[in-house]
This record gives sequence, structure tokens and C-alpha cells, in this order.
Amino acid sequence: MLLIRCPYCEEERPELEFRNAGEAHIARSANITGESDDDFEKFFFIRSNPKGIIYERWRHMHGCARFFNAVRDTVTDKFIMTYKAGEPKPAKVPGVAK
Amino acid sequence: MSGAFRIPGAGRLKQAKTARFSFDGQSYAGIEGDTLASALLANGVHLVGRSFKYHRPRGFLSAGAEEPNALVEIRRDAARKTPNVRATVQELYDGLAAQSQNRWPSLAFDVGAVNDIASPLFSAGFYYKTFMWPKAAWKNLYEPKIRAAAGLGVAPDQPDPDHYSARYAHCDVLVLGGGAAGIAAALAAAETGARVILADEQAEFGGSLRFESGAGIDGQDGFAWAQAAVASLKAMDNVRVLSRSTAFGYYAQNFVGLVERVSDHLQNPGRDLPRERLWQVRARRVVLATGAIERHMVFADNDRPGIMLASAARTFLNHYGVAVGRNVGVYTANDSAYAAAIDLKKAGVNVAAIVDLRDNPTGPVIDEARALGIEINFGRAVIRAGGKLRVSSMTVQPKNGGGERIIPVDAILMSAGWTPSVHLFSQSRGKVAFNDETKRFVPGAYAQDCVSVGACNGTDGLSATIDEAYAAGAKAAKDAGAKVAKGTKPKVDASESWSRGMLGAAPGAGPNTTVKAFVDFQNDVTAKDIRQAVHEGMRSIEHVKRFTTNGMATDQGKTSNMHGLVIAAETLGKPIPQVGLTTFRAPYTPVTFGSIVGHARGPLFDPTRKTAIHPWAEAQGAVFEDVGQWKRAWYFPKAGEDIHAAVDRECVTVRKTAGLFDASTLGKIEVVGPDAAKFMELLYTNPWEKLEPGRCRYGIMLREDGFIYDDGVVGRLAPDRFHVTTTTGGAPRVMNHMEDYLQTEFPHLNVWLTSTTEQWAVIAVQGPKSRDIIAPLVAGIDMSDEALPHMSVREGRICGVPTRLFRMSFSGERGFEVNVPADYGQAVWEALWAEGQKHGATAYGTEAMHVLRAEKGYIIVGQDTDGTVTPNDAGLDWAVGKRKTDFVGIRGMARPDLVAKGRKQLVGLKTKDPKVVLEEGAQVVADPKQAVPMTMIGHVTSSYWSENCGRSIALALVADGRDRMGETLYVPMPNGTIEVEVSGMVFFDEKGERLNG
Amino acid sequence: MKKYSVFAIAREAMRGHKGWEEQWSSPEPKKEYDVIIVGAGGHGLATAYYLATVHGITNVAVLEKGWLGGGNTGRNTTIIRSNYLYDESAGIYDHALKLWDGLSQELNYNVMYSARGVMMLAHNVHDIQVLKRHVHANRLNGIDNEWLTPEQAKEFCPPLNISKQARYPVVGAALQRRGGTARHDAVAWGYARGASARGVHIIQNCEVTGVKRAANGAVTGVETTRGFIGAKKVGVVAAGHSSVIMNMAGVRMPLESYPLQALVSEPVKPVVPCVVMSNTVHAYISQSDKGELVIGAGTDQYVSYSQTGGLHILQHTLDAICEMFPIFTRMKMLRSWGGIVDVTPDRSPILAKTPVPGLYVNCGWGTGGFKATPGSGHVFAHTIARDDPHPINAPFTIERFRTGRLIDEAAAAAVAH
Repeated sequence: MLLIRCPYCEEERPELEFRNAGEAHIARSANITGESDDDFEKFFFIRSNPKGIIYERWRHMHGCARFFNAVRDTVTDKFIMTYKAGEPKPAKVPGVAK
Repeated sequence: MSGAFRIPGAGRLKQAKTARFSFDGQSYAGIEGDTLASALLANGVHLVGRSFKYHRPRGFLSAGAEEPNALVEIRRDAARKTPNVRATVQELYDGLAAQSQNRWPSLAFDVGAVNDIASPLFSAGFYYKTFMWPKAAWKNLYEPKIRAAAGLGVAPDQPDPDHYSARYAHCDVLVLGGGAAGIAAALAAAETGARVILADEQAEFGGSLRFESGAGIDGQDGFAWAQAAVASLKAMDNVRVLSRSTAFGYYAQNFVGLVERVSDHLQNPGRDLPRERLWQVRARRVVLATGAIERHMVFADNDRPGIMLASAARTFLNHYGVAVGRNVGVYTANDSAYAAAIDLKKAGVNVAAIVDLRDNPTGPVIDEARALGIEINFGRAVIRAGGKLRVSSMTVQPKNGGGERIIPVDAILMSAGWTPSVHLFSQSRGKVAFNDETKRFVPGAYAQDCVSVGACNGTDGLSATIDEAYAAGAKAAKDAGAKVAKGTKPKVDASESWSRGMLGAAPGAGPNTTVKAFVDFQNDVTAKDIRQAVHEGMRSIEHVKRFTTNGMATDQGKTSNMHGLVIAAETLGKPIPQVGLTTFRAPYTPVTFGSIVGHARGPLFDPTRKTAIHPWAEAQGAVFEDVGQWKRAWYFPKAGEDIHAAVDRECVTVRKTAGLFDASTLGKIEVVGPDAAKFMELLYTNPWEKLEPGRCRYGIMLREDGFIYDDGVVGRLAPDRFHVTTTTGGAPRVMNHMEDYLQTEFPHLNVWLTSTTEQWAVIAVQGPKSRDIIAPLVAGIDMSDEALPHMSVREGRICGVPTRLFRMSFSGERGFEVNVPADYGQAVWEALWAEGQKHGATAYGTEAMHVLRAEKGYIIVGQDTDGTVTPNDAGLDWAVGKRKTDFVGIRGMARPDLVAKGRKQLVGLKTKDPKVVLEEGAQVVADPKQAVPMTMIGHVTSSYWSENCGRSIALALVADGRDRMGETLYVPMPNGTIEVEVSGMVFFDEKGERLNG
Repeated sequence: MKKYSVFAIAREAMRGHKGWEEQWSSPEPKKEYDVIIVGAGGHGLATAYYLATVHGITNVAVLEKGWLGGGNTGRNTTIIRSNYLYDESAGIYDHALKLWDGLSQELNYNVMYSARGVMMLAHNVHDIQVLKRHVHANRLNGIDNEWLTPEQAKEFCPPLNISKQARYPVVGAALQRRGGTARHDAVAWGYARGASARGVHIIQNCEVTGVKRAANGAVTGVETTRGFIGAKKVGVVAAGHSSVIMNMAGVRMPLESYPLQALVSEPVKPVVPCVVMSNTVHAYISQSDKGELVIGAGTDQYVSYSQTGGLHILQHTLDAICEMFPIFTRMKMLRSWGGIVDVTPDRSPILAKTPVPGLYVNCGWGTGGFKATPGSGHVFAHTIARDDPHPINAPFTIERFRTGRLIDEAAAAAVAH
């Protein structure tokens, strides 16, 4: 069971309180009806599924109920950081060589 | 007397308390504190089991958790039978009853042992090469026979009356293993004030100090020191000490699972005690002090009862006071077996000879053994054991060949060296490294915040162990945030030390031999099986393991893995580290399902949700159905009524007079804020901006992919306030879906969402008399059709409590849904019921609700739609705002396949024979005469007998259904094809006049 | 390839089993092959086998970063069935099931396909509707699947709890008698032996690190930890790592990889005579030939390549098993493990050509790929050999996610209303 730091509650809490909500930083187009079928496929179905650093969304379901983002290594399952929804994708991730 | 092999004055058990027990029906006496193994040995019983494949007679290999052979069934009563209990772990209690397993008719004479004679046929993986002809024989003959022969114990056949409990715990330092290393680490950590948990799998702490007669710490015998140290730890508030507690799994982020055996050792546990308790511990730091496990020697017939690990014989003697024989032989490749020989000799047991594979080892234990007059043979091997049900001799030969000598013995103590227990370290995803000098895998790179100390870290000798462990314990506490230690390190006065040994097959069992030299005892894997696997192309140790099943028995290869690896490496001609270890997988030792499950059984398997009106329905004799976690009243049978009669009556009564229905399980979400309407516009297909306060609208929610996700009636209470309803099952995911969009896609919208499902009880009153029933109880709401038309909502009071009164209908009749605070739900229901009785109203359940709505063609999301249905498919285009430029799903539902011809559309079906009711899920075809596989063009989603229509009715998803009105289609059933006509979805009151009737 | 038989065993028994030949050879990689298969799991090895036996293409390499059969093939719970709802799924899984029946003889390797029946439990009205929809659709597709009452279900599987007092009582079941289990390792080994005997190179410990493409975009080969290996056709059958390999070729996939755990109990004498599955209570169970209860359930919730998962997932799984079989609480978990399953948005596989000429992909089997092994390999070999999908796998395109023509078995099961 993972231990996840909620950036709103500023506490590490067990995974049971959280729901994973898929890959982060996939914005819904403000002009979604203008998207091509290809664009829509990319938006809704295509995922990076990285072996390594993933940017993903979680919801503190049984806590503050907020959605937030996390950076995690999918090989070790270690969390590198979490940050609030709406904050930009971190340019630099601590401890990760780019 | 508790057994002829009990040595007076030896061991630590108090003779005072005798415990009677039975094994295979024979009664014996043991002493409290014994294990079943020590008690049987005290009585001279070595034969306790039969092996998996060859049914070879087996005794005790070990005195601990690594035991592969001595598995028995413990039977407290008919319901409390536990198979595959390790006799070396099971503590004795008065009245314990044990049975041997995997033998017939008896342990001493087992028919299955014919497999041993035919064993040349049963080589590794033989079953992959045969049993294929004739083909049908696999299923009817071979497989049933193989299955009957396999399996060790017998599964229980009654529900388990015992209960299991669970605890979560957090600590700064979790110390796993309570030998000298673990205790020293725990002391150092505890002295800092850190929160410490110390756990050990044994009943008593001390680990190898239980048998190491040569250890002395702080002026005491090692074991006595351990007891005193643990007592001092127990006295500290910041320390929790868990005995009989096995750490079985090391998970991500220092999350460790342990099982505590709470009452299996007690004669009368009482009903209050759980059988076992699961501990799930999150630790800032973990200290692994899991010790090492002695390996056996791999030689011919090394599995005969009476042949065991030297440390096991020592434990039986020094702790339990039991001699494992009267005339023992010793076969070793390292020093530790000498200590066993010395202890036994001193206790008066004859040591026939020590056979040492090494050429000319020197050292104090060797000198001591020699001084005691024990015969020592260097550079020699035991190439064979004699005897069958019990070892009777060992055949000794110079290791490079030469004359054989048979030495009569009644036990052989063996030691090939010690394997560090890196199981938990490896589970923590740490990488083991091979130490070529000491020939063992030890912890290498760490993946988590843990540290290994003592024997599991490859540290030899008590002094070095205590130094390392004490420092590590202090550091772990410091790293976890505690102060610097202020205690004093235990001082080692005397210690035993040994390392090295040998790996793989011993002389006489090498390549080109055909003897049965067992590597994995339980699974009957021999050295030659492993070589055969390599010869057959199995180059990965994982292939070797799977092909031979080496290390896959209930002991998970604790004694066999290293030997197997080395034999494979030698056969491959590769260095050991290049072949590598197989993955260590949780659990370390087998864990009872019940412990993992804990309280989550029966009613606690999953929460049961009940509405405020549930008790009333129960009192009325309602039959309930499970809908998600909810219990919903399904129908209300009167005396003599079956479901059909009850539902027919309920349906007719609703349309004739009125009915009351508990709709409380519907999801409710309050959408509030200045941007509430904008938010609703985005989340639902319908337009909302222009909906006037006080009016309602049926809303459809899509997923982004354009398929129907949920639906429900939404009331606008105020410009900035919507009362949203969802399906019963959909409530949580709709709330999550809304929150997701609000928080992440539309955060600019000023809206607040609140789930109010549990806050409102909802009573639907439907039928021509519904207003007459409700009106007398309502205050503050004008109930006239002009003031409260269909699809409107008002706030007021009913029975004196606040209500949101919806004028709406899911039956096609004049109808209302009365929302009241849940605490008043039953009272208001009872008041409405009393009014209803004056008009002959009925209570109706979900089945009648389904029939009534189907008569009107109202859909149920999740039944008539299935996650692949668009609004257009469902005939709900009218509910999609045509001028809207955005809502969730607007793009998805425009994708090519979602607007293509041939999609399945929701229509009505009428059977040609009105009496025939279709089966829900039945498939529809256009041509009933076609051959299988048939082209199916649709399926029945809802189907009922409609007493109001006097015929059956059905809804179905049919390809291009709306273009097929009036067409005849077919529903092929196993006993004949049913003719149906495609119709509209409304079967009753097509004009909808009854909404105001 | 020397034939396996009881006579061969008897012969070998006389000489200490020293005459067995290698089941598959372990050659050094050549510079170039006609076809490279990435991934020596069951599906990849089956593809190579059928390339050789059906299409006569034997200049084939199967590249494996670890050891053959070591991924999901060696980690799954071996359930075989074909009672899927949609024609497309029913088509491919029943194609596989027909191959299972006779696979031991075809491969001359006993894969222990055991048609012991797969029973899927219904616990509420909604389950009945969904399972009956399957039963009817299967019948008209010529696939056996029959409806059982709770009492009939118990007769078929005596330890099952059908008490009405259960939290979620059993109210019925759908039984596919041809469904069952097989010995997972033997499937990989049997295909490996058969392919190797026909000249296919199975190259273990050879990790693909890049996919090479020519100026015109077509595949020219793969970079590996053992050097470049050329081929004009590359089939990616890398299970949880499929999207990683496809990314190397510049193709982004609609895939996510999740941990899936399973466990076995200590072996006991026969007690569970079939496979039992429940979606609502959420677990499945069978008993292996060795006597172990083989148990699994759902995935962890997050993307991971760690091959481990949380204890709480096993907890939920065992909760469910002990709810269906209360007599098993005293049984013991012997071993648990995790695999990586690649899941598509509609939980159906992708078995298709790709936008890259010469690159083919067979992935997205999620939690249920083992049962498809023979059928998947058979039609994927066809797709590679002919550069054109077999009619059976034609619907399983990548394009379906653009057009919306999904094959969504799970959505069809819908949710409780």
C-alpha cells in the first residue's frame, strides 16, 4: 500500500484514502468540437504509460476530496513529489536526472 | 515421564506440566512448552509424514519455520481442522490431536509409496511428456488420478468458527527477528525513546541463542540474556514486543505485514481471543535481523526419518531436553555440527562418528570434540543412508572414492553451512549480492529505508553481530528522528562462530549418479532432477525451478534454493551469480487466509446500506434485492402471493389509485453557486440556463466519449441552486465525475458540489390519487396543477418538516416525489401511508417500479443502456441541446462510428403471442432459419408481464431499430423461436394524458 | 525433435534420463531474420510456431529480455474460456479454445488443458441480466454456456456457499463446460520446443532497446543489448512493455500497464472441481493439478512496472474468496506475485498492423490474455505473414479508438443501476 502526500492536507496518508485518476497534464480543449478525430483520440485514449517517471492525477477521496498531481517512478513506485491541481508540470523533478 | 528420549536436566522446559496429545490416534505425553515436534521426538517418533510425489517416509528436518517434511493436520474439532501445520512450529497443548497426511492406509504402510519404486519413470517434468494418448484419457483418466495423488492435506469442509483480528500500527523502528541481533538493535533504538516494534516468529525470543550453548552476554547465558533484555523492552512504554509473529511480506514504502498466532498454542482459547491477528505496520525504518537457515547435505537417501539439521538436533536438546537418537552420526562441511555433536555427547548420547567433508580443518570445536573422544573422519563423505522408516546407518567413503564403511546410527545430524535469510530484504526490492569468498548471497543495494544486521547480513560471530546490530538500531532511531542513544551496548562474554560450508551435491550424488539425493524434500526434487532440467535446455534458474518444482513447496525453498542453484550452475558451467536466485515472494511462511481477511466476513464483507424507510418495509414483509450496497424493497407480497402476483397487484393499484415507493437510494447532489447553471450546461447534454427556478428537467450525462453515463431529474430551486438526482448505483461515480471536471477542467466556475444522497429520504407517491394523499399533509405549497405543474419543484413543509416536493413521474401517472430530511423519512412515510390507506393505495417495490416505467418506455441507465449507447441510440436526441457548443461528450458522440448507420437503437418489442414474456438478455435475429453462428441484430434489455396492458412488453436494442417499426423479428430460444414485432417504446397511455389524470 | 511419449520416458528411465535433448536451443543471434518477434511469452512463441508451421516462415527470431515464458505467461491464473459477449471477442477466444482442445497432441507436449468448466456467478438481478445476455449470445454463436440455478451451481462446485444469508447470495450462474485451465509454463515451453525444432531462434536475455526505421518509415530491424538485428517485419508481443517498445518505433499507444496480483494456497487434495469467477464479489478461483488453490482478482489502481502490488488488493481478493467459500479461511496463502498487464481503453486487445510498415502489434490483453494464446498466435502469424489481418483479428485494430468502434466487453456488463 502506497503512502501518498496530499499537497492540500500536507500529510502523508495511506493509499486507501486515495483514488488514482490517470495521467496528468492532458488538457481538455476549450474548443473541443473543433478537434479532429485524431486529436480526440490522442486526448481521450492515447497515454504515455512511461516506464519511469509518470505525471499522474490522484484524488484524496476519503480526505479533502481534492484532485492533485504526483510525480512517481513506475519502476519503483516511489513518489518523487506531489503538487496541487492547476500548478504547472514541474520543469525539474528532484532527484531525477533528465 | 514425558518420553523416553527426554534427557533429565537438559533443556529449559519445566517437567511439572505434562501435556497429553495424540498423533494418528496414538496417545503420548509431552511437556508444556514443547512443540509437537519435540514432544514426538521425546517419544522416539521420527516418522511423521510422506513426501509429495514419491510418498517417501519423512521425519523432521528442522526445528523451525523452514520445515519441509513434518506437516500434519491439527484437529481441534470437526470444524477446526487445519491442514499442513508444521509440527516444528505448532506448540503443544493438553489434548492436541494431530494426524499425518498424504498416506493411505497408514503412515508406516502407504500404498502411494509404489511411486518411489517406479520413480525412474517420474523424472522431472515427466508429466509434460506423456498422458497425451488417447486424447480423451487426459480428462477422464490421467488428470483425475494425478489430482487425487497430488495435494498434501485435506481442506476444511466446514465454515471456520474461529475469528481473526487486525491491527494497523506505526513506528519509528520495526525490528524483524528477535535473536541476538534483533534484540540488540531494539535495545539501542528503544533507549532513544523511539517508538519500536520488535517481532519474532517464535514463542520465545533468542533465535539461535535457543541452541547456542556456548554464548554468553552481560554475564549470563545467551538465552537468559535474551529473556532479560526482552523483559526490559516490554517494560518500556515506547516498545511493543510481538512474539509468535511472523513478518511475511515487505511492501512498498516500509509497509510490513505480520501475522501473530494468538491462540493456536492454547488448550482452551476461549471465544474472545482471535485465532490470529494481522499486523500491518508502517515503519520509518526497518531493521532486518532475520538470521540464517542451516542447509542439509545432499547425499543419497538423505531424507530418511532421523536425518536432520545439526542445529535442529541441538535445539531439541538444549531447549526442549530431547535427544533425537541414542547413537547419532554427524555429517558436516562446517564447524557448526561439531557443536551439536559436543552437546549431545555431553548429554550422554553416543556420537558414532563425525564425517567431515573438509580435509584438515582446525579449530576449538574440533579439538573439543576430539577431547570428548568422538571419532572424527576428515575428507570423507556420507554417500548413503540406510533404513527406510528410520535411518539405520550411514555409509562413509573417502570423498574422492575408496572403501566404504557402514556405521550403524539412529540419527544423522548434518550441516552444509548457513544461508542468510534475505527473503524480506529481497521482497523490499533490495538487490542481493553474491559473496564469492563465503559463498552466500547477502544484501547488496537497498531499495527502502531498511538495514540488515547479523546472520542475515552475512555477519559471523556474536560479538560482531551485537556490534553491528546495536549501531544499526541506534542509527535507525536517529534517522527516524529520535535522539542519540544513551544506553550501553551488551557485552559479549563468549560466542560461537562458524561460516562457510558447501553448496550443491555432496560426493556420491554428483553428475553421472542416479541416487536420490534430495535437494527439495517436500517436492521430491533430487540433484539429478536439476541436472536433467539443465540438460533439457532449462538455462534460467526460473526455468529449472518451474520444471523441477524445486523451491516451490510450502517451505518455499528455504533449505533447497541454494543447493538447487549451485547444482544448476555447475551443470551449466556458469558462475553462481550469473545464474542468479529466483525471486523471493511473499509470504515468507504460509499465511492463513482468515488472518488476511480479518473481520471482512459475512455481513462485514461489504457495508450494507439501508434507507430510512427500510424498517417499515421489513415489517411489511417486503422482499429485498441487492442494488450495489443498497438493500431495496423488491416487492411487498401479501399472504399467498408470489412475485408475479404481488407485482401485478402493485402495478394495477398504482394506476388505479396510487402507490408509495421508497426512492431514497437515488443519488442526490446539490449543485450550488453563481456558475451553477454554466456548470450544469457543461456536465449534461441538456440546456439549463433558461430552466426557470421551480421547474425540473430530465438530464442526461455523458462520458467524454459520448456514451450515456447517467441520468436523472434535476430541479432548479433557485438561479444558483440545482437539486440533481442520479441513478442508485451511479451516485458516487457521478459525484466523482462532477468533482473531477469542476476541480481540474472548469476550476474557473464558482460552484460547490455536495452529495446529499444520505440526507434526503425520498418517497414517490404515484397514481391518480397521489395528490389527494399528499395534499392534506403539506403546508406552504399550492398543489394545484396551475401552481405545481408536471416537472416542477417547490419547497415547503410536510407533516411539519421541511420538504422539497417534486411533481414528477416515473410511472406515467400523476406523481410526486417527497424529499424530507432522512431522520423524518419513516415518520413521513407512515403519515403518507395512513393517508394512502384511505384511498386504497399500495406500497410498491423496485420490480413494479420497473414494470411501470417500462410500460411508459422510460429507460433505466445500466439496464437499457450499457456503456455503449449514445443519446441518439436511446431515442433521447430531444434531450441534447442543439445549440450548445460544449458539454462533456459532445465531441465523443460525433465520432465516425457513433453516427454511422446500423447502430443499435432502443425500441419496443411485442411478442406475437401476448402471453409470452421474453427473457432479458435474449438475442434478436432477423432470419431465424440461418445456421449457427447466427447474425444477431440486437438484444432484449427489459421485459415484463404488464398486467395493465394485458400482455408482455419489452424494450430492446436493435440495429437500425427505429427504421424497423412493425417489422417481424425473431428471438431464438433453446426450446423454440419467439416471433416479435418492433414497436414504439410506449406501451401504455401513449398520449401521456395520465400525467395530469 | 524427438517425440515425447510414455515409451520415451521408459527408455530414458533405463539410462538415467540422460538422453533427453534440449527442449529448445539457445543460439547466438544472426544479423538478420525474415521476422523478429519481440517477446517470448506464450503469444510471441505461439506466433513464431504458427509462422513456421502454417506459413512456412522459419527464419524467425523471438527476442526476450528475460527468460522465455517469464512474463505474464508464467504469472497468470491460467483460466481458459470463450463465453464472451460480442461476436468479435467470441470469435477470437473460441478460435483459441478450439486450438486448446488438441494442443497437447499438436505440440507433442502435455499442456494439461483441463476442460473442468468455468462458472461465473450472479449475485443480483443485474448480474442475471448480464450473464443471461452472454448465455443467449453465446448459444447463437455456437459457444457453449448454460444457465444454472444456485443449487445446480453447488452441485457442480460442492464447496460453494449458496446460503441466502450471504452478504451477496448466489442467485444463479453461467457455466461454460469447455472452459477450464491449462499448465501455463508448459504452453510456453511446448511452443518454444515446437518453434525451435523448426528453426526458429529463441534468444533469451536479449532486450530490445530501439526500433530502426528506414527513410520511408518502414522497419529495418531492432537494436538490442546484443547488437542490431535486422528484419523487415517486426511483431511486438511484449505484454506490459508493449507501449515501451512501440514508443521506440514512434507509435504512441492507447495502453496503460497495471500491476495484477495473484496467489496460491498450500496444496490440498481436490476440493474445487472447476473455475469459479464472480464479478460482483470480485475474485476467481480454481485448483491446480498440484492441489494449490489458484486465486486472483483485479489490478492495482495505478500504472506500474514494479511487478508488485499492495497487500490490500490481496486482502480484498481473499475477502471475496472466503465470502464465496467460507470453509477456506483456515487455508494458507503459500505464494503471491505480481505481473504487469497492459490494458486498452475498451479492455480488448490490439492485434493489428500499425501505421509503421513492417511493424505489427499484439497487445492489450489486460488480465485475460492467457486463454487466447493459441488463437492469438495463430492469427497474428497470419497477419505478419500476409501483411493483412486474419478475419478473426480484423476488428482488433488500433484505429478503432479513433472511429469509436470499440469492443467493450466490460462496458457491456455495465454497472448496477
